[in-house]
Amino acid sequence: MADKPNRRVAVTHPRTAAARLSGRRGVRRDLHEQTPLGEVLLRSLRRTQLRLALLLAAAFGTLLALIPLVFQWIPGTRDATVAELPVGWLLLGVAIFPLICLVGWLYVRAAERNERAFTELVDRS
Amino acid sequence: MTSTASVLAIVALVIVTVLVGSLGLRLSRTTSDFLVASREVSPWLNASAIGGEYLSAASFLGIAGLVLAYGVDMLWFPVGYTVGYLVLLLLIAAPLRRSGAYTLPDFAEMRMESTAVRRVSSVLVVVIGWLYLLPQFQGASLTLRTLTGAPSWVGGVVVAVVVTVTVLAGGMRSITFVQAFQFWVKLVAIALPAVLLVLAWIRGGAPTFTGGGWAAPLSGYGGLEYPLYATYSLVLATFLGTMGLPHVLVRFYTNPDGRTARRTTLAVLVLLSVFYLFPPVFGGLGRIYAPDLVDAGLTDTVVLVLPGRVFDGWLGTGLTALVAAGAFAAFLSTASGLAVSVAGVLAQDVLRIPAAARLRGLGDGVRRFRYGTVLAVLVPFGLAGVAGRTNLAQTVALAFAVSASTFCPLLVLGLWWPRLSRQGALAALLVGGTTAVGAVLVTLFAGPFDGVLGAALGRPAAWTVPLAFATAIVVSRATPQGIPAHTATTMVRLHAPEALDLTR
Repeated sequence: MADKPNRRVAVTHPRTAAARLSGRRGVRRDLHEQTPLGEVLLRSLRRTQLRLALLLAAAFGTLLALIPLVFQWIPGTRDATVAELPVGWLLLGVAIFPLICLVGWLYVRAAERNERAFTELVDRS
Repeated sequence: MTSTASVLAIVALVIVTVLVGSLGLRLSRTTSDFLVASREVSPWLNASAIGGEYLSAASFLGIAGLVLAYGVDMLWFPVGYTVGYLVLLLLIAAPLRRSGAYTLPDFAEMRMESTAVRRVSSVLVVVIGWLYLLPQFQGASLTLRTLTGAPSWVGGVVVAVVVTVTVLAGGMRSITFVQAFQFWVKLVAIALPAVLLVLAWIRGGAPTFTGGGWAAPLSGYGGLEYPLYATYSLVLATFLGTMGLPHVLVRFYTNPDGRTARRTTLAVLVLLSVFYLFPPVFGGLGRIYAPDLVDAGLTDTVVLVLPGRVFDGWLGTGLTALVAAGAFAAFLSTASGLAVSVAGVLAQDVLRIPAAARLRGLGDGVRRFRYGTVLAVLVPFGLAGVAGRTNLAQTVALAFAVSASTFCPLLVLGLWWPRLSRQGALAALLVGGTTAVGAVLVTLFAGPFDGVLGAALGRPAAWTVPLAFATAIVVSRATPQGIPAHTATTMVRLHAPEALDLTR
């Protein structure tokens, strides 16, 4: 390579998606090319999403983890009844399921809102 | 009379399954390319299909059996199976779909840029798949023996043959409609008898639950030792294990993008929440109407037996036939989904190793897949013959424990932690895999044991999952040079919203 004479090379504009994108200004390009700015931006989105997921998981996880502990520490709760049905059965057999769906719904709503905010931020700049 | 009706119902279900599968195959020749290319399946249809594949023998028969035998603590099984999908939604649904990976080994290779991690993942997929298939065969054998008095091997053979034939014919698995259809069969088959049973129970004056401690939590009823540890370990295994099941990930590929992947998972949560209201009803009412099953060691049959015990005549016969058909829908849909996943990995990664490739005809991809299918079905079918008697849901929980100890660290850290190194991922898979699989094998073939050892080996997740996560983090910290070169690019792809449209 080194000892060959330099040949003239014609550089033409390739009509690809990447070329069109890089012609545009703005943060979108930083994201695509992973400039330090793009990296910082995307890391912020990733951290926001992770924080949301971990927050909900921790809150719901603690709630679930407390159920056996309450039964363990307060033996009276084991035989407690509501409308003649034992609390344990109502809680784990019925009541917990709407709660699971609610947490899922809250997460989907918040995660989509985060992504929308991020997209708007990128489009504005 | 009852057995004839049940056999007819099972035969009808098998025929309809094969028909819808082959009809779908014919349709798919013209439309599937389009469907797969655009991947346009609505979240609810897709969610039904995911539910159809997910609800196995463990859910349909096993939960009720465990509740009947051990009481209220066993309700953590259905809760865990559902929360597993919630964790999947929170942590991996959207980024995993955006990764574009079709199987777990694909994801391992794409994220870690390492063939070694891919190979270890392949082996683990096969192990988990076989573990999960095992109770499907046991359940089928149990169902036919209970309803018709047929020898034990008949039910397993029926499922093995139907699954092999439909998978080899290419139908069934790829067709979303079949799996969605199976979900609704299962839901009707468990909900209708459960509602009628509850009505009959109320009309009968609602006799209360009997037996000291059975209805109370953490009583250790039925000889279950260390109930608090067992509960937590089970909870951890099911919460974190769902995401690593081989047949779950493939289904996510039919979502067009990360956003729909989230919405589909939410729909799955709703469908599972509705389904899991019903199996415990059989376990609870079984205590009143069929307590003899506990002493006979036949608790897993309570869903099949209870309608006939409570209702006479045509109603009892009809409901029994209905649950029989639902049970077979569970075996067939789960087993075929697993068989395809395992066969795909066997064909792609295992049968291609030099020693195996020298065998005749293994150079051809299609033929490799066929050998893979036969292998995927035969091995667990054989294991079902030698494995000791454990409860169906118990065996499935072991598969969850292995998945939680291996693929959960790989997926969660791989999707969210840019500093995960190849060595860290590999070490986590090996450490989590050997400890969890070891515990499972010892429990299945030499156990169950008593005391602390029995609890630790029978419910291993509580120590194997933290161990695997710690291994991944410590080893990754020690080997920063092993961080894949394209991690930053991969992270953009995993987390950038589709609306940004970065490829444009």
